[in-house]
Amino acid sequence: MDGTDIVVSAALTIITAATPLVFAALGELVVEKSGVLNLGVEGMMVVGAIMAFATGVTTENAFLAILVGALSGALVGGLFGFLVLVLLSNQVATGLALTIFGIGLSALVGHGFVGVTFAGVPSLYIPLLTDIPIIGTILFGQDLMVYMSVAFAIGIGWFLKSTRAGLILRAVGENHDAAHAIGYPVIRVRFMAVLFGGAMAGLGGAYLSLVYTPLWVENMTAGRGWIALALVVFAAWRPGRAFFGAYLFGGITIIQLHVQGVGWAIPSQLLSMLPYLVTIIVLVVISRDSGKQRLSAPASLGKIFYAAS
Amino acid sequence: MIGARKKGEVVETKPLLSLRNIRKEFPGCLANDEVDLDVLPGEIHALLGENGAGKSTLVKMIYGVLKPDGGEMIWAGQAVQIANPSTARALGVGMVFQHFSLFEALTVAENIALGIPPELSGPGLEDRIIDVSKSYGLPLDPYRGVHSLSVGERQRIEIVRCLLQKPKLLIMDEPTSVLTPQEADKLFETLQRLSSEGVAILYISHRLEEIRKLCHKATILRLGRVVSDCDPAQETARSLAEMMMGSDLTSAVKAEGRAIGEARFKVSALSTTPDDPFAVALKKVSFELKNGEIFGVAGLAGNGQSELMDMLSGEALASNADVIVMEGHATGHMGPEERRDLGLGFVPEERLGHGAVPDMTLWENGFLTAGRGQGLMNNGFIKTDKTKDFANAIVERFNVKTAGIEHHASSLSGGNLQKFIMGREIDQNPKVLIVLQPTWGVDAGSAAFIHQALIDLAAQGTAVLVISQDLDELFAVSDRIAVISEGRLSESTPATETTVEQIGLLMGGLHEAEQHGGQAA
Repeated sequence: MDGTDIVVSAALTIITAATPLVFAALGELVVEKSGVLNLGVEGMMVVGAIMAFATGVTTENAFLAILVGALSGALVGGLFGFLVLVLLSNQVATGLALTIFGIGLSALVGHGFVGVTFAGVPSLYIPLLTDIPIIGTILFGQDLMVYMSVAFAIGIGWFLKSTRAGLILRAVGENHDAAHAIGYPVIRVRFMAVLFGGAMAGLGGAYLSLVYTPLWVENMTAGRGWIALALVVFAAWRPGRAFFGAYLFGGITIIQLHVQGVGWAIPSQLLSMLPYLVTIIVLVVISRDSGKQRLSAPASLGKIFYAAS
Repeated sequence: MIGARKKGEVVETKPLLSLRNIRKEFPGCLANDEVDLDVLPGEIHALLGENGAGKSTLVKMIYGVLKPDGGEMIWAGQAVQIANPSTARALGVGMVFQHFSLFEALTVAENIALGIPPELSGPGLEDRIIDVSKSYGLPLDPYRGVHSLSVGERQRIEIVRCLLQKPKLLIMDEPTSVLTPQEADKLFETLQRLSSEGVAILYISHRLEEIRKLCHKATILRLGRVVSDCDPAQETARSLAEMMMGSDLTSAVKAEGRAIGEARFKVSALSTTPDDPFAVALKKVSFELKNGEIFGVAGLAGNGQSELMDMLSGEALASNADVIVMEGHATGHMGPEERRDLGLGFVPEERLGHGAVPDMTLWENGFLTAGRGQGLMNNGFIKTDKTKDFANAIVERFNVKTAGIEHHASSLSGGNLQKFIMGREIDQNPKVLIVLQPTWGVDAGSAAFIHQALIDLAAQGTAVLVISQDLDELFAVSDRIAVISEGRLSESTPATETTVEQIGLLMGGLHEAEQHGGQAA
């Protein structure tokens, strides 16, 4: 294996490591922009992972598996939305409970799927383009979900910045009382954002069990939901930065694995810490202007909205 | 200035909006009952009443934010159900809220786009905002972020937002409580122009003088019911206030010939550098408080008052301990409790959350600031009986309307809680009392009571600092007045040697007016 092969394979693994984080972080970003703090990302991801995997193995249809992953994430998100938006339960406690619930539920469903493997999601192949050395496979040889994640990053950025619906979503997250007084349906907007966030977390989970390691292991999300949550905050609620942060994290995760493989005399625990440390430091540094940080944080984040009528 | 009102301008026509027998009940409180109201096209119609009389509830029902429990609304001869604000806007109702419904992190244009129907908010909105704001004399830059705007500018956003929809009825809930007298005069010109164009205006305010000048008709609410209709120009501010209260108004009387003693509390060249983008930096603020004197600081909200309050109370510490000196003690580095031990008392602006803990009972709230100074504590244990006696004494002396001191602070209306907090500080006989916006949103009767309490305290020798944007209040209580503007404090002048107009000009930041005013006087 020569140098370019190593670079290409590293780039490909970086993409696969980053993509689940991109999905989950972008979904949570939209949820938080609407003013809801959902700490249950991990739970929604892991449910998405097992449901997608189970569907994929049973039906051998990758597209159906992805779809079911998203829908099951949205369903768990919907449960969260019902609890916090309709029954006005505490968002932090409910989110934490959702994570525990998701891990338990996925373990139960996944009991019969341990040790089974899945064929994987087909990758794009465009004659000539994909055959270009080095960049061919990186740009034109990925699976459908990688392209979806990029499209979502661009689309969400555009949606929040340039559309009326995005403006309403931001307004609801910024000041729910004012949005209600003007006449926007705060609860409905937030519910839709929570459903979307759940679907995105489900997609992130589906990517883990269908592509990253195409098999089911209990608790296989391994904290990625929490990373996604942190990415949103450190990215100052900007989709572009969240995307960048996910790739930074994915990149360093892969690179430190390669370094461990080379066998340098650095304690492996230190290297394992590296992705967390570097991602947080880099994002904190680029978002360190406290004034801008305050403006980008949705002012109603985590606050319960109750409309007197 | 406001020109003489022309009675002939309002022609007797069919009412634009009629309310019949409107009723609204909240758990434990009947907010509106049997309310009838007629608003004619082109009429500026005042809604008057004390705190909690049901004015805001009534207009929120007209704007569709709240649903009435009973009664009828008739719009231009047709019975209507206003289910939500969009319905109201479609009919032609616009509303400027008391607490603005604005989004700090968004731009002016984005804020306006949110408040108008989608078909109006398409491309070219920025140009239309500039057009409307120019033609009505309400300058506004659509691309600025709201967080960087003054309160007056924020109100313009709300007004322009309403005007873009060409409303037939404009509802204004206490629009002038945050404006300088000059800004208020500008607003009155705009309102009179709208009225002459046939727009009806429903106007809520606690400022009775401006209602007398501006409004064609007034409807007075007491405890949720209409008690009378009148022509405010035929009434005096006092008679209007008495109709609202249903009893006689006693205004505060200044104690004459008081001996003003030595400076007890000194602030010299206090400056701050805030790291919060919304905060104002204080720039070399200097003043001293003398025994027995009430020093008034005028200024529009957001010119450094809350920052000054934080520095004086010890919520924020000064960079140098010597800039704040209390009877020879450098207090700049002391926390609030140490300052209280020296005999300082504070009443912050926010009652719930700063002045009192909302979910604690009144007596517990009493203990929180008086516990050490009043000996309500025994080796770290609370002397419950003594504390309750202390709280009961406040409730009695300051006439706080509450079901008892075992009730939570949040259960009191704003005016009553303010009386309790003022009473708690005053009953500790502080050597220095510092109060911020003592009667913000408090009705005329309670305000007069609070003013009298401050004057009586000063008469006993306490040095009092009152920071407020209500000039009538400052002139009613102060011996000396200074103005805070953009973090700078002006020289003080004796209250007898200046006028509301001069102070108003200074509040707007027109510093050159100071010399003109000085020459005229």
